Amino acid sequence: MATYADNHSHASDAHGHHDERPSGIKRWLFTTNHKDIGTLYLVFACIMFFVGGAFAMVIRAELFKPGLQIVDPGLFNEFTTLHALVMIFGAIMPAWVGLANWMIPMQIGAPDMALPRMNNYSFWILPFAFTLLLGSMFVPGGGPAGGWTLYPPLSLQAGNSLPMTVFAIHLMGASSIMGAINIIVTITNLRLKNMSLLHLPLFVWTWLITAYLLIAVMPVLAGAVTMLLTDHFFGTRFFSAAGGGDPVMFQHIFWFFGHPEVYILVLPAFGIVSEVIPAFSRKPLFGYDAMVYAVASIAFLSFIVWAHHMFTVGMPLAAQLFFMLSTMLIAVPTGVKVFNWTATMWRGSLSFEPPMLFALAFLFLFSIGGFSGLMLAIVPADFQYQDTYFVVAHFHYVLVPGAIFGIMAGVYYWLPKWTGHMYDMKLATWHFWLSAIFVNVLFFPQHFLGLAGMPRRIPDYATQFTDWNMVSSIGAFAFGLSQLLFPYIIWKCVRGGAKATDDVWEGSHGLEWLLPSPPPYHSWETAPTIQFGEEAGEYDPHAKH
Amino acid sequence: MVMNFASSWRRLPLWLALAWAAPVFAAHDLNMPVGVTELSAEIYALHMKIFWWCVAIAIVVFGFMIYSIATFRKSKGAVADVTLTHSRKVEVVWTIVPIVILVIMAIPAAKTLIQIEDTRNSELSIKVTGYQWKWHYDYLDRGVNYFSQLAQPSNAARQLGSGIDPNTVEHYLLDVDHPLVVPEGTKVRLLVTANDVIHAWWVPDFGMKKDAIPGFVNEMWFKVDEGKTGFYRGQCAELCGRDHGFMPIVVEVKTKADFATWLEAQKAANKPAAEPATAAAAPDAATTVAQTP
Repeated sequence: MATYADNHSHASDAHGHHDERPSGIKRWLFTTNHKDIGTLYLVFACIMFFVGGAFAMVIRAELFKPGLQIVDPGLFNEFTTLHALVMIFGAIMPAWVGLANWMIPMQIGAPDMALPRMNNYSFWILPFAFTLLLGSMFVPGGGPAGGWTLYPPLSLQAGNSLPMTVFAIHLMGASSIMGAINIIVTITNLRLKNMSLLHLPLFVWTWLITAYLLIAVMPVLAGAVTMLLTDHFFGTRFFSAAGGGDPVMFQHIFWFFGHPEVYILVLPAFGIVSEVIPAFSRKPLFGYDAMVYAVASIAFLSFIVWAHHMFTVGMPLAAQLFFMLSTMLIAVPTGVKVFNWTATMWRGSLSFEPPMLFALAFLFLFSIGGFSGLMLAIVPADFQYQDTYFVVAHFHYVLVPGAIFGIMAGVYYWLPKWTGHMYDMKLATWHFWLSAIFVNVLFFPQHFLGLAGMPRRIPDYATQFTDWNMVSSIGAFAFGLSQLLFPYIIWKCVRGGAKATDDVWEGSHGLEWLLPSPPPYHSWETAPTIQFGEEAGEYDPHAKH
Repeated sequence: MVMNFASSWRRLPLWLALAWAAPVFAAHDLNMPVGVTELSAEIYALHMKIFWWCVAIAIVVFGFMIYSIATFRKSKGAVADVTLTHSRKVEVVWTIVPIVILVIMAIPAAKTLIQIEDTRNSELSIKVTGYQWKWHYDYLDRGVNYFSQLAQPSNAARQLGSGIDPNTVEHYLLDVDHPLVVPEGTKVRLLVTANDVIHAWWVPDFGMKKDAIPGFVNEMWFKVDEGKTGFYRGQCAELCGRDHGFMPIVVEVKTKADFATWLEAQKAANKPAAEPATAAAAPDAATTVAQTP
């Protein structure tokens, strides 16, 4: 933990030339500033969140009652495929990179990211990637409709959308890898001289590990989709049994990317929750070292569990047993994290501002997703759960109250720091309660649907599934509408509001809170002198100034 | 900005939602079927066991969370104990205890899995081939094979803008023209494959599903308990294109005697098309099945 010893005034250090920037569109196109790029990422993620959400609304509207009312089954498949791709690659991942851009330099005492020009490229690739992906809906044959997992041979039946989807994924992968390299270089080189790795804030730690995961697996995905491309256009037979290939090999390669990917989506949320819960419990994080080791173990285990996504493909018994046991093992470090967060609240002094509310919802609902994950690890039971709505419920519990609520907790935590204004707490609390209630109305019944036998990715269903689908759809519409509050609250906060103090929150702790609100264009032009750990003495949340 | 959990008006929507959902809750299947085979019952038991473990863990962990949220509130004057930052003792406990629970769960799961994978000593083998979007069943060495696809009433009702209310169609989307017919009390081995893209053959009452992969043959088996004759319904479980939602599976379980009669009738009907060698060999095989105790 850090205490701030140097009262150097950073705001007055800004000599002007660093703050010179073009105005209007040029500022955003050519920016190399970590805050501007962070904002671009976050705005892009927010737009994609609503695009992906719109797909989800059509899906839930079609599933409101049995029979086909709105969309053709082919279009339905396009919407499920694009919903996933847009939410994963367009909403959640860019939101995390945006938060990393904004916060990592501020949290480690750096003036900016280490590779600012690459930072600009890695963002500006994204609009092109998603123009390609979403544009594929309008080419002959329609958009990708084989599911976001792109399993061949089905995905090879696509029309002109196949190369567009593949190139879009290549671009997204390039963007992610550039972002990841930038984050690793920044953390390893630009942190304060005396900030050892075990003094990094948890958000920085989780992002460091996430960045390594990204570098490890995005090329694997790029390779897999390239093989789809050559199978389709250049006569290779990687995934065709008729040519000596194997369609299941694609699934192995895909999930070797895909399982670390789910931790890429959720590890930064662990980091945010590890910052927010201590702040609003007015107490340091319980078991900091254990948290770091738990995140590292989860990241390692994520590489050796991939085949639990495909227990029904017909693997040898030994392989099934191995993947069952390795998957169950993930419950141990995950348990450690949940217990540590709970112990952080224990004998604390809790208050319930919006970031804390979202972090608490994360804690409860992510745990529910963890429980269903444990159930899914039991291979014989998985033979029943696989490819049903039980799985849909499981991964939405870990991704919506997990990743998305984590992002929201982070935005509500740092928004006053970014803008210099407090946001409308009452409205944000409404946003929280509506989200927390309706996310459960939306996804909890899907457990029942899956257990009762409803497969996923179907546009129409047998009549016994009607009632829970209606409940789920009502939850979806209400959840979707409540999310409109989020950009409204942010917009209102950007435009004005009560002046935020530098601390913002009573229990906030870390370098970012030592900067003024809003922070100067370049965060730490002079490295602050901070004492860490034992040098700093006893933990004191108020010893910042 | 302190939320007051005790203020009752905030809870009102929750209670209303629960009260509204209660009748729905009572009237519908919420859980996995126990099924009609030994394996499906074992899988159900495993599912319930892991479920109750999760419930027990949830009660303890959520209990601590809720207690903390209710007790250690700044609004109640709680003062943070900033010295509570780690405890080797509890950290060891909450690492070891989950491992023990996992081992307790893994052992029965592994046992059941070994049984599931044991396809030896089957008495009837049927090759199941997935097509876009129908199933083909081939009774190996019995000279009977046919396609099975969505029944016409469902197919008419499921068209976009058909104007037919699905609730008026019996077994909407879960009905086929020619069901797969199997005898009760017989270990039936399915050789599952596909002709075009990947499908998955799944009947929840039989406990499991298996992917049908073009160019590869997967095995699965089931043995329907004696006295469980009737119709069992399932669906393709792997996204296989436009009409993935419209290729159901129906299995009719008959008594052994009825099955033998049915097989003979099918064979007679198929005879002109069947290869002579297969047709000649088949009667013995059928008799064997019928006479197995």
